[in-house]
Amino acid sequence: MIGHLLLTTIALPDLFTFIFAGLAALVGAGGVILARNPVHSALMLVMTLFSVAVLFVEQDAQFLAAVQVIVYAGAIVVLFLFVIMLLGVDRREVTQRDPLPAQRPLAVVAAILVLLEIGLLARSHWSTGQRAVVGPTNGGQSNIVELARAVFTTYLLPFEATSALLVIAVLGAVVLARRAATPTDTVSKLNTESSNILVEAVADPAISSDDGQRSHQ
Amino acid sequence: MGADQLFSHGVTLAVFVIVIVKVLVAFAALMVAVMLMIWFERKVISDMQNRIGPNRAGPWGMLQTLADGIKLFFKEDLIPENSNRFVFKLAPYLTLMPAFLIFTIVPIGGIVTIFGHTTELQVADPPMGILFLLAMSSVAVYGVMLAGWSSGSKYPLIGSIRASAQMISYEAAMGLSVATVVLITGSLSTRDIVLSQMGTFFSFIPKWNILRLGVVPFIIFVIAITAELNRPPFDLTEAEQELVGGFHTEYSSIRFAMFFLAEFMNTITMSAVIVTLFLGGPDGYDPSFLHWLWPILWFLAKTIVFLFGYVWLRGALPRLRYDQLMDLGWKVLIPISLAWILIVAAMQVNRYMGFGLLVLSLLCAVLLFRSMSIGDQSGEATDITLAPTHWPLESEAKQIAPGLKVVRPTFRSGTPESGGSK
Repeated sequence: MIGHLLLTTIALPDLFTFIFAGLAALVGAGGVILARNPVHSALMLVMTLFSVAVLFVEQDAQFLAAVQVIVYAGAIVVLFLFVIMLLGVDRREVTQRDPLPAQRPLAVVAAILVLLEIGLLARSHWSTGQRAVVGPTNGGQSNIVELARAVFTTYLLPFEATSALLVIAVLGAVVLARRAATPTDTVSKLNTESSNILVEAVADPAISSDDGQRSHQ
Repeated sequence: MGADQLFSHGVTLAVFVIVIVKVLVAFAALMVAVMLMIWFERKVISDMQNRIGPNRAGPWGMLQTLADGIKLFFKEDLIPENSNRFVFKLAPYLTLMPAFLIFTIVPIGGIVTIFGHTTELQVADPPMGILFLLAMSSVAVYGVMLAGWSSGSKYPLIGSIRASAQMISYEAAMGLSVATVVLITGSLSTRDIVLSQMGTFFSFIPKWNILRLGVVPFIIFVIAITAELNRPPFDLTEAEQELVGGFHTEYSSIRFAMFFLAEFMNTITMSAVIVTLFLGGPDGYDPSFLHWLWPILWFLAKTIVFLFGYVWLRGALPRLRYDQLMDLGWKVLIPISLAWILIVAAMQVNRYMGFGLLVLSLLCAVLLFRSMSIGDQSGEATDITLAPTHWPLESEAKQIAPGLKVVRPTFRSGTPESGGSK
């Protein structure tokens, strides 16, 4: 039945794209949890996100694909990498001893539940193989126009509420991350160090003197 | 709406061949353009610094880049002991790919007919259009970031952290100025953006977006793009005096050449994008013969003006300090582009709304400026790790360490080309 569905509704290039992108997404997803190095995991995550973007393009969801790359690959994973590099946690983790012993059995149970759910959803009748309900394939306007209309008419209130929530979150993050410091801090900190460092600190303000990354010119 | 006519009758073999040819021609043209651009930059910057510049290989030294390329190709390829080998090898490709891919959406000419197939003179015209630019420029961050990290050395790491922070900060301003263009065009497709700029006001002023949007988004876009490209005056990422070479310090041979290639390819591509978004792309005076040629020439001429502009910036401006860079990005460019996008949107509704919002945003700007200056005066330093809020005064320094001479930084403009090709 599945073979029949594939042959009748999906063109050959679409099938190839789907298989390649799907495999890449799976390999990436496996890599995220199997890689020992956190940076490698992050890169594998990027691969998965890209493959999903390709699948979106294949479904004519161009806007979704672009946003997927811009937001997830371009902002969120970059932020992950930024934190990994800045905090210097980019070394192998010890995975022998588990700090949370209940975590593994719970993860197995959750995985089985998710697989069951996917299986149930795939069996139901609303996966018709159609590309879209609205949009260019159904004679409507382009995907982006349809999306914009939906967001700014039917779903205007949730959309605005979400953006307000995001702004509040940003302000909250700024307030929480703010450190009170006095301008004399720099000078008094330097006061305890040798006079040698003061010269450097004065000469090169772009690099703080106390993390060992001095630059001689 | 954002689709090449080429595909309107299904994909046949001829269509397939045309697409392949377009990709190959675009790639070859970009490569040759990079070669000429490096020569052009070195020649112009030499003139600005009263030097002669490359003049040995080929006529006027035009083949110097080719010679340098061949030299780099045959050099030993070093991979540092401490590096992460796979990522180290991957990073140059991650920088090079976006540079080329962005160029594929730039319309370089009008619509032509080849062998009975009507097609647009650009490699691809996807409906997501200009969003592809944003997506690819956010991917370009990876190349720089991973190159610095995988080198396993401190200078590249500092360089790449600076670079990624800078690129993320300026992406917001860039996206917002692109949004004004999209607002006035009503489509994301680059071809539609170019088509909507055809025609004239009063039959002689071109109807380009730079004029239709007021000049502000154009200026913001150019500044943001320059920062995105890590070109002077925003080249802190490879500040030679501080970081040796920035993120590509440890790279040599062909991998270094790829970074260099990507940098210049990006410069050309982004100039082309500026021309597309704000200066009408291939739009221009068309004499009534050779219809296919003139748009391409106009496009090239406009792009070269911006390429010269980038070289000029490198020759004329000193490098920004890190806190100045962040202040410019977050406190100046983003608020202005936010206000301007509101004004453009209101102008789309009607004039009264537009001018009303203009006045309102001016008031907000005054308030914001006032609050920032009060914040500066209150003396609470928030970014104390990056830079002191004031230079230690002569008297303060004397108090701490008597007999000490206070050295103030001097900023030199442009670094003379030393040794190799950079």
